[in-house]
Amino acid sequence: MSADRWYAYVGVALIALALYAFLIHTHLLRRLLAFNVMGSGTFLILVGLAQDGRGVDPVPQALVLTGIVVAVSATALAVILVRRLFATSQSTSLPEDRPA
Amino acid sequence: MRARGRQLVAGAVSASLGVALWQAIGARPTPSVSLPTLVRDAMPMSGVTHDVTAVLLNFRSYDTLLEIAVLMTVAVVALALRDASNQRAPARRQQLVLDALVWRLTPLLVLVAAYLLWIGSSAPGGAFQAGAVLGGAAVLLRLSGFPIAPVDHRFASRVAVVFGLTVILGVAIGTLLAGRSLLEFPVQWSGALILFIEAALTVSIGVVLYSLFDNAPQARLSEPTSAPSKPDAEPGR
Repeated sequence: MSADRWYAYVGVALIALALYAFLIHTHLLRRLLAFNVMGSGTFLILVGLAQDGRGVDPVPQALVLTGIVVAVSATALAVILVRRLFATSQSTSLPEDRPA
Repeated sequence: MRARGRQLVAGAVSASLGVALWQAIGARPTPSVSLPTLVRDAMPMSGVTHDVTAVLLNFRSYDTLLEIAVLMTVAVVALALRDASNQRAPARRQQLVLDALVWRLTPLLVLVAAYLLWIGSSAPGGAFQAGAVLGGAAVLLRLSGFPIAPVDHRFASRVAVVFGLTVILGVAIGTLLAGRSLLEFPVQWSGALILFIEAALTVSIGVVLYSLFDNAPQARLSEPTSAPSKPDAEPGR
């Protein structure tokens, strides 16, 4: 197995783990972290699978670079929303996830 | 018991997704076109010598156009959610070591940003990396209490936020008016155009990243509330 394919499989493992964490946690910051780990898994698959057996490929690398920028800004926006939610409702989880 | 059921369902769902993806990777078809070869053949026309920069700013420059549009949208939303009441830190105390360090670091960071922008045409680097360093420098200044202007609703702030998108849209419209396809640069100008776009993007990216930090609502952790919320349930414990 080439190193690039190994990256893709690591990406799969990250996505599965992150989905599990995303589903069981209700704290929004934990969900955001899980979502980011899931994104990193996607990036690993994108680059690893495209380069598997064919050498360095700048196209998926550029796609992932764009993806990282978007992920960073989306994460920042999500953190702002979470803090706003906390400032208004003193809670770090969504109303439907709170224990009754 | 409810948490246990939730764990079981979540485990089943994520495990089956993992298995499906694992199978998909093992059974993927071999692509018919070789993108690295295409990029290598087109490199002399790109105006830069670094292949990732060539893809980002020339072959797939609409990626960068949409990327800066996303950044601008995020900055605008953050501005709309801005909590103007408690933005400014209280008057700072003099801190000799911190002040001396920040005053020496800031010009260095600006220099690093300019270098990253410049080197982007021939080595890893470019607008986002340079903008991230600029934004980091602004956050450093803000955290150490220097009177750095907030990114708010002033005209100058708005111009700084939309600057990058305006420039790349302008270039895109220019290429369309010249009878080319969207963001298809003339070969002899492409190097200069890429550097010009990247310089504009660097400014906006730095401002946007700093504004996302600066406009985040305060968490008000120290402020006691009359009705403290129950701590969130911790599933998995």
